Amino acid sequence: MTQEINKTNKSEWPLWEVFIRSKVGLDHKHAGSLHAADAEMAIENARDVYTRRMEGVSIWVVESKFIHASDPGESESLYDPANDKIYRHPTFYNLPDEVKYM
Amino acid sequence: MTVHSFQEHFDSLIDRELTIEPRDWMPDDYRKTLIRQISQHAHSEIVGMLPEGNWITRAPSLRRKAVLLAKVQDEAGHGLYLYSAAETLGVTRDELYDQLHTGKAKYSSIFNYPTLTWADMGAIGWLVDGAAIMNQVPLCRTSYGPYARAMVRVCKEESFHQRQGFEIMLTLSKGTEIQKKLAQDAFNRWWWPSLMMFGPPDAESPHTEQSVRWRIKRLTNDELRQKFVDVTVEQAKVLGLEVPDKDLKWNEERGHFDFGAINWDEFWNVVKGNGPCNKQRLETRKKAWEDGKWVRDAAMAHAEKRKAKKDAVKAA
Amino acid sequence: MNKQRYLLDYTLRLADDALIIGHRLSEWCGHGPVLEQDIALTNTSLDHLGRARTLYQYAAEQFNRLPQGEKKNAFTSVAIQNLVASGENLGEDDLAYLRDGWDFRNMLLLEQPNIDWAYTIARSFFYDTFNYFFFQHLAGCKDESLAAVAEKSLKEVTYHLRWSSEWVVRLGDGTSESHQRMQHAVNELWAYTGELFVMNDTDKIMLQEGTGVDIEAIKPLWMQRVSAVFEEATINTPTGTWMQQGGKEGRHTEQLGYILAELQFMQRAYPGMAW
Repeated sequence: MTQEINKTNKSEWPLWEVFIRSKVGLDHKHAGSLHAADAEMAIENARDVYTRRMEGVSIWVVESKFIHASDPGESESLYDPANDKIYRHPTFYNLPDEVKYM
Repeated sequence: MTVHSFQEHFDSLIDRELTIEPRDWMPDDYRKTLIRQISQHAHSEIVGMLPEGNWITRAPSLRRKAVLLAKVQDEAGHGLYLYSAAETLGVTRDELYDQLHTGKAKYSSIFNYPTLTWADMGAIGWLVDGAAIMNQVPLCRTSYGPYARAMVRVCKEESFHQRQGFEIMLTLSKGTEIQKKLAQDAFNRWWWPSLMMFGPPDAESPHTEQSVRWRIKRLTNDELRQKFVDVTVEQAKVLGLEVPDKDLKWNEERGHFDFGAINWDEFWNVVKGNGPCNKQRLETRKKAWEDGKWVRDAAMAHAEKRKAKKDAVKAA
Repeated sequence: MNKQRYLLDYTLRLADDALIIGHRLSEWCGHGPVLEQDIALTNTSLDHLGRARTLYQYAAEQFNRLPQGEKKNAFTSVAIQNLVASGENLGEDDLAYLRDGWDFRNMLLLEQPNIDWAYTIARSFFYDTFNYFFFQHLAGCKDESLAAVAEKSLKEVTYHLRWSSEWVVRLGDGTSESHQRMQHAVNELWAYTGELFVMNDTDKIMLQEGTGVDIEAIKPLWMQRVSAVFEEATINTPTGTWMQQGGKEGRHTEQLGYILAELQFMQRAYPGMAW
């Protein structure tokens, strides 16, 4: 136990990523990061750091170490194959002028 | 990919004005230069809280007190955003603090000058924040994504800082004779250090060329300094203050103001630690950090105890 | 004193409380234990200072409506008496910057120095808990201006209390050092908590008028809340019963003089100027 506390004494508060919903109905968006000892504190710190100018109505936090990211080196194989599937977009289809809204 | 093609990919992102993100490959020098620049900037925000923080308890009206407090708080926020950006490059905030506290890392020399009167709050907001904004706006488009995004936030918040400083100066310059004297005195003391904020002349600034290519820097020291002089001289006229430089003169041919020689000897001395407040500023930061250690430890210990309790309940 | 004067006294007390605690918390700015908490504490300080301004403005309005004869000796302050004599109206800053300590009505607890994070937390926790119940009651009072202040403040105070309660628990439960420091701060500041619930003449008359809050009735609620947090924090509730008081009557600890010397320096050195 003592050993464990000694270890924590040396460690920094973990890093958290902060996601803020700026208005009711919108998605949470990444706002930045901060340090906090636990999740409750992370939310409060996010409130104090990232919503001082009315930037938010809801906050998500997640410890940074739990974020998994795609590999930028693989971006060609991951994202380029979508480029030629233009038939997934409504503008791909021709409609007669008489049909105004569809 | 071989290192060579990594380098090509990196170069092509830079050349196409695209951003580099934390997980992208980057040359070691780029990473090191960024860590140095971003952390210097973060340290400047944190140390920069102190000269103005001096006057929070002595602000002359309740409105000024609240504004100054909110402003110095913003600087803490800016430091935090910047440390976070640096952390994406694989260094921790604690390590960066350690570099600051042991004198390995630098911060902007301007904060080693003392704040002697209330007018200094005006002069700092107007001149120091004015110079900072000039430095920072181009960095909103810098090549490193997290840094650029932090700077967008910083610049957005910074816009009230210069205005509140200018407003203090304006109030003083429209006030009594004594208030005008306070304003002029502060202007005299902060003008030259503000010009030094842009760093040594281009000819003596070894990092500039590489940094401009990397878009870590977008304009050179001298370009920014000239821009600052041109803008600020006009603002001083509005305030009815005299620029403390007898060599200041409009140059029709260049379309810019010529200004007197900067005392680079003083600049390098302040950088070396011989400024009026170097020791005091660093000691104050160190004291805050050391005095706060038991608090940080307590929060961490409590979080771990609580987590252990929760886990035990789950396991049962 | 007539009813108007009691309302003024009541308003000023609330304003002075807010200013003095706001001032104390603002001393932390730039010196906090970690950036995030430096920012957090400043937010709270700004809440208090904002409330102080609204209340001083309201107090100034009340003062300016008093008959000239009553204004003259309302405060024992040369600067204010000169303003009154010249027929000028007072503003928020005159009340904050030109009164001496004996005209300040804040509670003694709030002027106590920061000392360390534990003292600062204990002081805030005692006051936040008080405010949490006080403003709930004040929000329903007959005086519309005070009720409006209370309603706005209640939102702020609810957060302040959450924040300071959590820190009491963190420090109490954290490490042996933090536990000791927290217990010590609680013990030292305990003697200033009695005053929170002392009903003086102003309180009694304001209560009769339907404006003031029955603070004696808040005491058990306060005690319950404090005890619950202390229990979680493994902090012992002090058993001492001797309580310091006097702030509400203008009899302060030595601390206030130093606060005012700093706070009022500019207005004293450069009187009568706009900033």
